[in-house]
Amino acid sequence: MSQDLLEVPAGTTPEREAVMRAVGQAPAPEWVIVTRGLKREYDMGGEIVRALRGVDLAVKRNEYVAIMGPSGSGKSTLMNIVGCLDTPNDGEYWLNGQLVSEMKDDALARVRNKEIGFVFQTFNLLPRATALANVELPLVYAGVPAAERKRRAMEALEKVQLGQRVHHRPNELSGGQRQRVAIARALVNDPSILLADEPTGNLDSNTSEEIMRVFEHLADTGQTVIMVTHEPDIASHARRVVVLRDGRIASDETKAQFVARIGAGQHAH
Amino acid sequence: MPFFEAVRLALQTIRVQKLKSFFTLLGVMIGVMFLIAVVSIVEGMSDYVENDFAAKIIGTNTFDVSRIPSFVSNADEAQWRAWQRRPRLFDPDYETVRAALPGDFRMARVNQNFLPATVPGLRPRSVQAVSTDATYFDIKKFGLTTGRAFTQQEVATGARVVVIGSEVASYYYEGLDPVGRELRIAGLPYTVIGVIEEQGSVFGFSMDRLAIAPVTTPLTRAINPRGDIDAITVQAGNRELITEGMELTREALRGFRRLGPSDDDTFSLTTSSAALSFFDGLKSKLVLFGTALPAIGLVVGALVIMNIMLVAVSERTREIGVRKALGARRRDIIAQFLVEASTLSIIGAMIGAGCGVGLAKLIAAVTPLPASVAPWSLVAALIVGAGVGITAGIYPASRAARLDPIAALRQE
Ligand SMILES: Nc1ncnc2c1ncn2[C@@H]1O[C@H](COP(=O)(O)OP(=O)(O)OP(=O)(O)O)[C@@H](O)[C@H]1O
Ligand SMILES: [Mg+2]
Repeated sequence: MSQDLLEVPAGTTPEREAVMRAVGQAPAPEWVIVTRGLKREYDMGGEIVRALRGVDLAVKRNEYVAIMGPSGSGKSTLMNIVGCLDTPNDGEYWLNGQLVSEMKDDALARVRNKEIGFVFQTFNLLPRATALANVELPLVYAGVPAAERKRRAMEALEKVQLGQRVHHRPNELSGGQRQRVAIARALVNDPSILLADEPTGNLDSNTSEEIMRVFEHLADTGQTVIMVTHEPDIASHARRVVVLRDGRIASDETKAQFVARIGAGQHAH
Repeated sequence: MPFFEAVRLALQTIRVQKLKSFFTLLGVMIGVMFLIAVVSIVEGMSDYVENDFAAKIIGTNTFDVSRIPSFVSNADEAQWRAWQRRPRLFDPDYETVRAALPGDFRMARVNQNFLPATVPGLRPRSVQAVSTDATYFDIKKFGLTTGRAFTQQEVATGARVVVIGSEVASYYYEGLDPVGRELRIAGLPYTVIGVIEEQGSVFGFSMDRLAIAPVTTPLTRAINPRGDIDAITVQAGNRELITEGMELTREALRGFRRLGPSDDDTFSLTTSSAALSFFDGLKSKLVLFGTALPAIGLVVGALVIMNIMLVAVSERTREIGVRKALGARRRDIIAQFLVEASTLSIIGAMIGAGCGVGLAKLIAAVTPLPASVAPWSLVAALIVGAGVGITAGIYPASRAARLDPIAALRQE
């Protein structure tokens, strides 16, 4: 077996492979996200921690991708780079045909504001602001006038069934409600991609199911979604499953392939 | 982010973080308060010197002829020795000056010193004894509340009469009419013939402890044992004549003292404007000292604000991370922190300005120091206060704004 074949993750398609290998070339418009040889290292006082060792990933519009893998495999690191919250040490990152890995601060801020909706495990709401004010925040930085801001924030909150609690502060809301506020905030600027890093990690199983239904509904209505999760149950909501191991992509399969491969054993316990 | 949005956000944060805001306010407030108070007092003093003091001490449109300049702001030892070598002024010098000047100049020989004065049954007290000519009363524009001034006739005959200040009158003749009574100065008796109306004080120094007798009385030798004259005060009819009068005086005295063209003057001519420039020098020292103090206060205030902002930034690193993750640019974060810092410090500066005016008024009321609040000092204090806040806010704000969103979010 050649070195090349070893690097092709199980299950990936020739179409994706072609896009990922066209180093230096802007991908076609239907590809929302393309990363090529993405690397991220941390210098921990002399010891180099390699969180990402060359990740090639291509995501098309309207896809719903779950990212899995053991703890420490680099899932969050990858999501943060894709969400423009962090910058890679090496490799290319194309978002909607723009080379994000070369962007300066202001351009990055614009991308975070307009193209990306990020949902965190720990919600990351501003504690002193109401649900409405939290959802309005991306619109404030987009320069949307106050009246329209309010209208659009209300709309987003209604989409996640929170229209009744817009004037509550985060500490007056349940975990599930907080995560709905965070989802509304991620969606309010109509991003081209919705990223979620273990969005149900801090929630009980019932609430998790609710939140997953929200994501599923969004995916059904055409929103591109990438979600990190530990739970195969939750991953099985997605239509494509990417598994990371040691900072590399170990497999990249359809949901059916993924379930067929490990589903039976995993569902047993 | 629009400016209005930033101000609204700042006010909201200030309301929530009351303690932090309070200390920031306090820092700026104290600095600005002292700045205003000190500037007001310095300003009040110089108003006073310009309007009252010069006229009271020197007289209007006058110059003094004396051995040593009347106001010395800085002179080295060599200069002093040179002055000490000059001949003293005596009556012939006075006659020379008098002969040289036209009739519309008034002049008076003036000697003064503090001497003990007594009346039987009272403890002696020191008074400001002056021996002079009758014209002195006109030059000084002294009004009398009772009695009269002495005449040049009495000066010619050496009459043992004295005109006293209001404080002298009330101390020695409490409840009595002083006129016709006796006052012993330096051991010799003089008859009181008049009382000068109240003159007030200059820098807390009373101008009403006067006892003025003719220059021909023994009081002159009590003041100057050699019998010389401290100064000849000359008053010109108007301001324009002062220079001319000084030139005539200089020529006459140089001739009388046989000075060659290359010799220096052996006397000094001092105008009230010289006195004013002396006080200008004093004022600039006061301003320097007076602004150094509150400047230290402001620097301390700035450090307090900067520290508070730094703490605020690390406390709020997560918030900054969230905002950056949602699309805040570096300048949005800087604007947020700057507006916050300057809103606080402008409010602090305004409160401080109010307190400063109050403090200046209070000092003026309980001490002899005058105070006058200059409008420019209020404006300056507000600008300085805001400037301090902005300067102190810039460092932590730019530090916060440089953070990577994920680095900021990861901090607990
Ligand atoms: N800021 C950091 N400094 C140093 N090392 C880091 C940092 N962030 C992540 N790492 C390291 O990089 C590797 C990948 O971390 P990452 O958080 O991406 O893992 P993960 O797959 O999200 O794990 P988990 O499932 O536990 O969330 C780990 O070895 C981690 O210790
Ligand atoms: Mg993680």
